[in-house]
Amino acid sequence: MTENYTALYEEHKKLGASFTDFGGWQMPLKYSSELAEHHAVRKSAGLFDLSHMGEVWVTGPEAAAFLDYALVGKISAMAQGKAKYSLICEADGGIIDDLITYRRPSPVEGEDKFLVVPNAGNAKVVAAELLERAAGFDVVVEDASASTSLIAVQGPNAEAILLRLVPAEQHALVQDLKYYAAVEVPFTFDGGTQDLLLARTGYTGEDGFEIFVPNESAAALWQAITEVAEDGELVPAGLASRDSLRLEAGMPLYGNELSRAGNPFAAGLGPVVALSKEGDFVGKDALAALKADGAGSTSGRRLVGLKGLGRRAGRGHYPVLKDGAVVGEVTSGQPSPTLGYPVALAYVDVELSEVGTPLDIDLRGKSEPFEVVALPFYKRQK
Amino acid sequence: MPKVAPELQYSDEHEWVSRGEGNSVSVGISEVATDALGDIVYVDLPEVGSAVTAGQTCGEVESTKSVSDLYSPVTGEVTEINDAVVSDPALINNDPYGAGWLFKVAAESEGPLLSAQEYASKNGGDLS
Repeated sequence: MTENYTALYEEHKKLGASFTDFGGWQMPLKYSSELAEHHAVRKSAGLFDLSHMGEVWVTGPEAAAFLDYALVGKISAMAQGKAKYSLICEADGGIIDDLITYRRPSPVEGEDKFLVVPNAGNAKVVAAELLERAAGFDVVVEDASASTSLIAVQGPNAEAILLRLVPAEQHALVQDLKYYAAVEVPFTFDGGTQDLLLARTGYTGEDGFEIFVPNESAAALWQAITEVAEDGELVPAGLASRDSLRLEAGMPLYGNELSRAGNPFAAGLGPVVALSKEGDFVGKDALAALKADGAGSTSGRRLVGLKGLGRRAGRGHYPVLKDGAVVGEVTSGQPSPTLGYPVALAYVDVELSEVGTPLDIDLRGKSEPFEVVALPFYKRQK
Repeated sequence: MPKVAPELQYSDEHEWVSRGEGNSVSVGISEVATDALGDIVYVDLPEVGSAVTAGQTCGEVESTKSVSDLYSPVTGEVTEINDAVVSDPALINNDPYGAGWLFKVAAESEGPLLSAQEYASKNGGDLS
């Protein structure tokens, strides 16, 4: 059920977008051809509206300790200005969401400040869960999702395009920004200059940026970015290409690869779980037990990449077969636009998860050959 | 708005039918369908000489995002398939009513077909 429209909805309509419901939001699926949008991000740049993502601010003297307790990663070890990929789990180890946390400078002495970015469909659940887990900690949890827009510029030309909106003396802020880091940058648009949080993060496998902007300035920033781009340098890109780009990059999507029924070890996210960090955290006991059981390594199923040897693509929920017996299930799959062959992410029995293992996918009654390959499917040349 | 070619007839499953000589008909899919599917990357067509039945599946059309059954709008024997779309499925997106035709049938009978007007008004297509 669609209830929500981003501040950029009218921009998408003007651009002739086809819309889709995603996580309760009416979002652009594509503007013209999803393949053209995909290739544009790989070769030059794409412009995405990610305003459906959540933004939850966590501030206070115990903000770091609180996030160490609420999330599975060691958030307190992050340096100011950095970003970190983490998970929020249930007590039983099930994954509530995957999220990115940014450590920001606090204006108040003795306090810490973090921005937590959950997925669209989980934003309210994550905000509520963080509030509940905050009991007993000296922190303030503030869900700013409804007032914050998020615009991404992704692709090899992303930096060059954004620099045109930044005063020359501030260019180093953008040029020196490392992957998985964020900084406040003055952007000149709409007849003025605004400091906006710019992160060098993304979900495409390319270099790129995400810009947090108040709703009231989102359309003006979107227009300014399209105006400073040269002809053919930047295309608006919808969720269809976002999905094919992240799949090639081997990045999990909540609801496909990650769920409450799954666990981080099976998803290949064991390194994200800081079992050795000080103190308790939600899910610790269950996750320690899962790890001791060899979840995702010697027991159960594990998320793997599959490469199609034919032309047909596996799709979500298609069975994975070995000698005709079901040994797994596809979570995401489609023909890879960049690589030219079908790719899929699938959970398969751990003993069949070795790279090179031949497997089949049951494509609506027809068996098609696939092979386990290392992730990511696609890695950009640096 | 997707275009609906006014000279063709359409099935509810978004196949179009074009009459040739004698009982020969060409079959393709409408732009309403290609728009909904997105970029088509694979097409599985019935074999030449095989029998197809109106309203029954006879192949598949696969796009980057999904896979859909192809339904035959007529009953008869397949006389020709468009090899060009098999090797370059993007033809179906680029020219669904022309170079993107799919197969030809020596038709014995037809399933229920809509006029272009009926099809366009039902599916929000553009007749002009």
